[in-house]
Order: sequence, then structure tokens, then C-alpha cells
Amino acid sequence: MTEIWHALIRAIELLVSLDPEVMEIVWRSLRVTGTSCLLASLLCLPLGSLIHFYNFLGKRALINIIQTLFSLPTVIVGLFVFVLFSRAGPFGEAGILFTPTVMVIGQMILITPLLLGFTISALSGVSKEIVDTATSLGASGFQTALLMLKEARFAVLAAVIMGFGRALSEVGCAMMVGGNIKGFTRVITTTISLETSKGELELSIALGIILLLLALVINLALNRLQQR
Amino acid sequence: MSLIKVVDLSHRYGERRVLENVTLSIAKGEVFALIGPTGVGKTTLLRLIDLLEIPSSGEIYFDGRCIPESGKQRVEIRRRMAFVLQKPQVFNLSVYDNIACGLRWRGEKKDRTKEKVDRILETVDLRGYKNRNARTLSGGEAQRLALARAAVVEPEVLLLDEPTANLDPISTEKIEQFISYLIRQRNTTIIMATHDMSQGQHLADKIGVLLNGRIVQIGDAREVFRLPQDEEVAKFVGMENIIAGRVTANAGGIVMVDTGNNVIQAVSGCPVGEEVNVGIRPEDIILALSKSESSARNCFRGEVAKVTSLGPVSRVEINCGFPLVALVTRISAEELNLQNGREVYASFKAAGVHLIRKENRQNLSWQRRQ
Repeated sequence: MTEIWHALIRAIELLVSLDPEVMEIVWRSLRVTGTSCLLASLLCLPLGSLIHFYNFLGKRALINIIQTLFSLPTVIVGLFVFVLFSRAGPFGEAGILFTPTVMVIGQMILITPLLLGFTISALSGVSKEIVDTATSLGASGFQTALLMLKEARFAVLAAVIMGFGRALSEVGCAMMVGGNIKGFTRVITTTISLETSKGELELSIALGIILLLLALVINLALNRLQQR
Repeated sequence: MSLIKVVDLSHRYGERRVLENVTLSIAKGEVFALIGPTGVGKTTLLRLIDLLEIPSSGEIYFDGRCIPESGKQRVEIRRRMAFVLQKPQVFNLSVYDNIACGLRWRGEKKDRTKEKVDRILETVDLRGYKNRNARTLSGGEAQRLALARAAVVEPEVLLLDEPTANLDPISTEKIEQFISYLIRQRNTTIIMATHDMSQGQHLADKIGVLLNGRIVQIGDAREVFRLPQDEEVAKFVGMENIIAGRVTANAGGIVMVDTGNNVIQAVSGCPVGEEVNVGIRPEDIILALSKSESSARNCFRGEVAKVTSLGPVSRVEINCGFPLVALVTRISAEELNLQNGREVYASFKAAGVHLIRKENRQNLSWQRRQ
């Protein structure tokens, strides 16, 4: 018990002193997750709008598949990306396995269903009368889609924040495709996992506190958006 | 040449036929009111004209051009019109941005947009709300915003669906003033669906009566409200007294209609022997306690059966051997002490009687005009 207590005090010291190693890991986590979230948003917002606006054969089935993939296990994504980018894989020549780039790709794949599904659901919440009003005021299809995204901006932003939260807290994919290389691909979750298994609790606890604080900030932001 | 021409337009929602063979034309600068009870297809017709839907059959011409079913041309034509839906929809943006969006979508320059939006905000008395979120506006304010948003793009055709439905009298007056301003200042062609008869009468140049998905009569306010084409239209436009009879004599344009127990005189050219319905508007009937000398050719003694107060006027049901409904001012009703069982004399002019031929449901007004 004393050991845990000491680890907690040491962790607080690390946080208060803005320990360079801790800060570096946190910054990398935010950078990788932020990039993956931004790229996934750029892909999913227009794609989700297209799926919502156009009626095509199998639309319902596609939405069902997207919703099923919400709970996609992170290790499955890790395995899939590992196979794709390993030397023997189809993109092996790119040589990006165990780099932050491939971690971004992995996290993008992980949160794409979530962002797509919630974008479609957010747009479905915009009433048909709003679409009719925009159309009758002379908006083109693209202008109507932009207006709808604006109308559903809080719900869409909530989806992006949820995606960010999921990407930030996942460990399986980052570990498998990033390799947890110190100073290069080591992020909050992989560090916690490694340091705990080594019995070095202070760094794990310090990073755990930061992760929890980030989760709290994300939750507060989500709550604020949902109230609007 | 008409700006909008609708030819043989029919529309279905699944198995339900909403519009049937609608044909009408609206000239540039004309104010056309579509009247009819709820659910007869007024909104659908407006949506079809605004190209929000594709008709099941028939054609719509805009400025002489037949509108295609798809393509860029539809957006171009739609941008020459604006539609205000019955329930005003405001975007979750500021009042300013709501009004500016139509101009932005048309590629209007920023300074011109600002100038136009500021001017229209002033006109609709919403200047103080410029930066407020539009969702926080009241029903009347939201309706004014919707109208301003449509008018700011200076459309050639403005489509209004029940523009004052569910609004209080003050808001209604403001909206009607704004519509009048658009008619006077901009010469905008307006197509307006309404079930408010008075609104149709005082704003429109031409009125189309839509019943059960069909346009049953088109004419000016006088023609529609005083000379309805058939019994159905007569009932809808408030001609509450419709009495079946037969023309028994015609002397110098004055016909005698035998209604069974009584004879009603009417100005008409209807031939003797014709089976007709006699239509009299309740406001054309004068009530008195004694038979007075007047120019009215028809005067019947009757008994008051029911008096209903309608605010400034009272609706009086009288039994004269046939049922008759009259509208009198509240003051007159009080002075005459109208109550159930009271004996009164109901008189009305022969010129105020409209005959509707029973056989082919064709009105006889053409004969009257001849």
C-alpha cells in the first residue's frame, strides 16, 4: 500500500513539474489522435452526407453494417493494419509500420464507422421542412448539404468528439502497429500498459490521471453540446 | 403572356390522388389566391409550382418554357421564385444569416447582401433582432422572418402557403401589410394558398377555388364569392342559404322561383321550367320587426330559430317555411331583441339572389351579364 501511495505522490510530482517525458508522450498522443480524428472527419462528413442524401440499393444494409462496426475491437483493427503494412503485406513497401503515420491510419479505421454512423444520424435529425425551405430559397444540392451540416453541427461535433475519445483511449491498435517505441511511437495508453507490466507505477499513474482528465474534458464538451 | 402556366396537372401520393387535371395560368404581377378547405391539395400545388416535387402527370410552364423533370435548369428556375411554407422554418442561425442565405446561394456580393438584408430587416420591423438566434423568435416574428428571407432575393414569383395561419390579429395585419408592400412596390407575382376568405378577397386579383384536388372555379373576388359556379363552391364561399326550386316565370329579367311554399324573385335570364338552387349570402339579408317599404323584392315572415354571437356580428337562423340564415350586427341583434321564437321579416333584393342550375351545375351568371 505504501508503494502505491509513493507512486501516487511521485506521479503528482511528475505532473506538477511538467516532466518532459510525460509531456512528450501526452503531446504525441494528442497529435496522433488529433490527426486521425481530423482526417476521419474530412472523409466521413461528406461521405455520411452522401449516404444520407442519396437513395440507393442496399442503403439500409450499409447503415446497419456501419452501426455494427461501432464496437469494432481495436486489436482486430491493429491486426488488419499490421497485415496491410507488414513487409509481406500489400502496402509493405511503404515502410511505415511502427511509425506514427500508421498509428494515424489505424485510428482512422477505428473511428470511421462511428463518425459515419453519427453523421448520418445527425443529418436524419434535420427536418424535411428545413431541406425544403433551403431548396425553395434556391440552394443547390451541395449548398443544401452544407446547410444541413450547419443545422446538425452540434450533433456532428459530438460525433467527432466521441471519435476523438475512442481513438485517444484505445491501446490495442497503437501497440500492434506503433510498436510502443520510446520517443517515437509511445503514446499515453501504450506507456501505461508497458510501465504497469514493468511495475513502474508512477509514470502509469501520472499518465492515467492525464487520460482521465482528458476524458473529463471530452465529456464536459459533449454534455455542453448536447444541451444546445 | 402568362408567367406561370399549369396544364392538366395531376399528382398522386401512392394510391391517393391529390390533384386532378389542374389547369391555370397566372400573369406577371398578378396576385392569385388559391382557396379551399384543408387537405384539398393547395400545398401540393404550390410545391409542384416551386419545383419541390415532380408531378405525376401534366406540365408546368415558367415564362413560356416547359420545366424539365431534372437538371440544372430546375435550380435556375427555382431561383426566380421563393416559397414561404405554412409553418415557418427558420435555420439554426442568426436572424441576419437566415435572411442572407438566399442571397449568398445566388452568389450576391457581401456588401450588397448586407445592404439588402439591413433594408428588409427594417421593412419587416426585425432590425433589433439582427444578431439573435432565429429559433428564439415568436411565431409572428418567425413568419415575418420567413417572408423577409423569401422577399430579399427579389423573386419574380412568391409562393405563400397560408401566410397568416395561426397568427394573432396584430401579426396577421403586419404580414398582410408586408404582402401589400410587395404587391405595390415590387410588382411581384404572388400565388397564395389560404383558407382565409377575407384575405383572398382583399389581396388577390384572381381567386381559384380548389375542391377535392380540382380547380372548380377561377375568377375575381366578386365572381367567386357572389356568383359561385355550383353548390359546392357556394357552400365553401359562405353562401349559406341554398334553397332548391323551379323557375315558374320570367318577366323582363326577373324570374320567379317556386321553392315549394314560397316564391323567390331573382334577377336572371333563366328559362321557365329550369330546376335551380337559389343562393343568397347571409349578409345580404335584412331583418326587421315589421314589413317595411323597401326596394327589396323578396320579403318573408319567419320565426327566429337560433341566434349565435360571432363577435361583432350575430348569425340568425330563421324559419320562413324554408330555413334562412342572416348575419346582422351585434347592435342590430340587440335592438331587434332577436331571440328564439321572435317573429321577424327577412328581406333581400332580387339582385342579391344567385341561381345555380341543377342539371349541369353550370351557373347562370352569364345570362345575367347578357
